[in-house]
Order: sequence, then structure tokens, then C-alpha cells
Amino acid sequence: MLAFNFFGATEGGLFDINATLPLMAIQVVALTYILNSLFFKPVGNVVEKREKFVSKNIIEAKNKLSEVKKLEADLLTQLQSARSEAQRIVSEAENESDKLYKEALELANNEANASKEKARLEIESQTSAARDQLSKQADDLSELIVNRLILKK
Amino acid sequence: MLTNFAALEVGQHLYWQIGNIRLHGQVFLTSWILLGALLVFISLGTKKMENDPKGLQNLLEFLWDYIRDLARTQIGEKVYRDWMPFIGTLFLFVFVSNWGGALIPWRLIKLPSGELGAPTADINTTIALALLVSLSYFYAGLSNKGWRYFEYYVHPTPIMLPFKILEDFTKPLSLSFRLFGNILADELVVGVLVFLVPLILPIPVMFLGLFTSAIQALIFATLAAYYIGEAVEEHH
Repeated sequence: MLAFNFFGATEGGLFDINATLPLMAIQVVALTYILNSLFFKPVGNVVEKREKFVSKNIIEAKNKLSEVKKLEADLLTQLQSARSEAQRIVSEAENESDKLYKEALELANNEANASKEKARLEIESQTSAARDQLSKQADDLSELIVNRLILKK
Repeated sequence: MLTNFAALEVGQHLYWQIGNIRLHGQVFLTSWILLGALLVFISLGTKKMENDPKGLQNLLEFLWDYIRDLARTQIGEKVYRDWMPFIGTLFLFVFVSNWGGALIPWRLIKLPSGELGAPTADINTTIALALLVSLSYFYAGLSNKGWRYFEYYVHPTPIMLPFKILEDFTKPLSLSFRLFGNILADELVVGVLVFLVPLILPIPVMFLGLFTSAIQALIFATLAAYYIGEAVEEHH
């Protein structure tokens, strides 16, 4: 017997609507509450707790990263300033030593010149003294010769 | 030949008589078995919740996330939390019913009348679900916006009024008949094919049936969420 008893069925049929409908609705509503307390709430709590934990950690890591970057930049500027400072000190020291060297050289030169001059003056004075003496002796001698000659006459 | 179709027992029910109300017993039997299995599964998975999910908890968390995304995209950030359990329950109930009806060889259990199968292949179940969705979106709209909910009916112009009123009737009708029709049709096709060619040939249709079952669960839950989202949406 064909059982496709579709419409207008008092007993059976595909579209036989009866108290199954409200009871099924009540069952689904009850299931909603049961699943809420058994599944959605506990799993939601765990998942959201973890999501918060993860996002908190990400934010912390980002903060730390930015801090590290800031410190790195700080260090870099410090390094650069230290480097330029060192360069400045080195060049200063070079200048200083150059200056000192020049001063010492000048001093030594001056001293050498002075002693040279002194020596020259001494030599000159001695030369002139010797010349004076020589000419004096020559005078004496000539005077002697003259006197002798005159006396012989 | 045609008389053989009687073996499918379409439209036969196992009647339970309580007082003067009559129930389709096979629908409740299968739904209790399937929901029992679902609840056991969920209890096992949520028994020992850990911050590092393992095994079943992973699966349940994936499911939870999937349902949350579904509810959030359709209902919106503001009120999706209130409706997530309802949408999720609809999805799980329809999914478990559809797959349970398709995967478990119910035919091996002989009933005095009718046969066990997917609870969603009974029009009472699908109408019950659809009416719950209707009540939900009315409740959602009224509780969120008060009487301003009815602005929705004349939005964007009052010309829409008759269509929007008509929609309140077509929504539950289409929801219930889509689910009912798809699942019943799948059961019938598989039943007829198994009856005509008992080997191999029904297998692709069975896979198609599993696919349809999952899609129908998703469609039902998505549409329910969409209707609720439509009701709570603010027009400016």
C-alpha cells in the first residue's frame, strides 16, 4: 500500500502536526539552557581568558619591544656622542702635542740661536781682543823699533 | 513495483498517547539518543578544562569559536553574546539530528509503527525550531529597541509595510520547510536507492546527504542569526 498520505490526514502523514511541536520547542529551549551552562559558558570562559592572556602578553611584548628600541636608539646616540667626544679629545690632544712640540722646537731653536749668537759674539770679542792685542804689540814693536833706530842715531 | 515503496513507511509514526495528546514517539526517541550522545560528548570535553587545550577540548573550542564567529558576523558585536547560546544550540541540534539520522543505521531497530530517523525529518520539529526563531527575533527586537522595533516595518519607506508583515510569515515557513524538505528528501532518496540497488550506488548519495545535512544546519543557524541581527540593527 502506498503510504504517501500527504494532506488532510487525521492519522499519520507527512504533515501530521500535533503536540510533538510544542514539546519539541520546550525540549530545544531546555537544551539551550543546558548547553549554555554545560558548553557555551565554560568554553567561553576558557577561550576568552586565554584571548585576554594572549592579547595582554602581546601588548606587553610590544611595550617591551618599543622600550628596547628606545633604549637602543639612546645607546646609539650615546655611542655616537662618545665617539665624537673621543675624536674631539684625540684631536685636541694632537693639537696640544703639536703645539707643545712646536713650542719646544722654538725654544730649542731660540736657545741654540742664542748660544750661537753668544758664541759668535764671544768669538768676535775675542777676535777683536786678539786683534787689539796684536795691533798693540805691533805698535809696541814698531815703537821699539823706532826708539832703537832713533837711539842709534 | 509501486507498492514496494510502502517499505519506506513515509508518513508513518509511532504514536504515543498521553492523556488526550498524541506525540510522534520516534522523533523523541531519536532526539533523546542523539542529544544524550551530544551532552555526553560535551561533558567529556569540558570535564577538565585547561589553558592548553588537549583532545576533545580542542574540538569543542573550535566549535565554540565557529559558532561565535557565526553569531558575531550576523548579529553584530553589541548583542551577539546574548544570542550565541541559542544560535549554537540550533546549529548543534540540527547538525546532530541531521548527521545522526544519516549515519546511524536506525532501520536495524524495528518499531511497531513508523521508523526511527532524523528528528529534523519530522515537520513538527522543524516548525518548532522555526517558531522559536520567530519568537527570538521579535523578543530581540523588542527588548533591544522597545517600540522602536516597529520602525523596521516602515524602513526605508512605508511602502515596505505589507512586505515586511508578509516576511514575518514567510520566514518561519521557509525555515521549517527548507530543513524538513531537505532532510526528508535525503532520507527518501537514500531509502529508495538502497531499496532498488542495495550495493555501492547509494554511497555517493549518502555522502551528498551528509554534505546537505551539514549545510542545512549551517543555513538554519545562519538565517536565525541573520533574522535576530536584522531585528536588533539600528537604522539611522
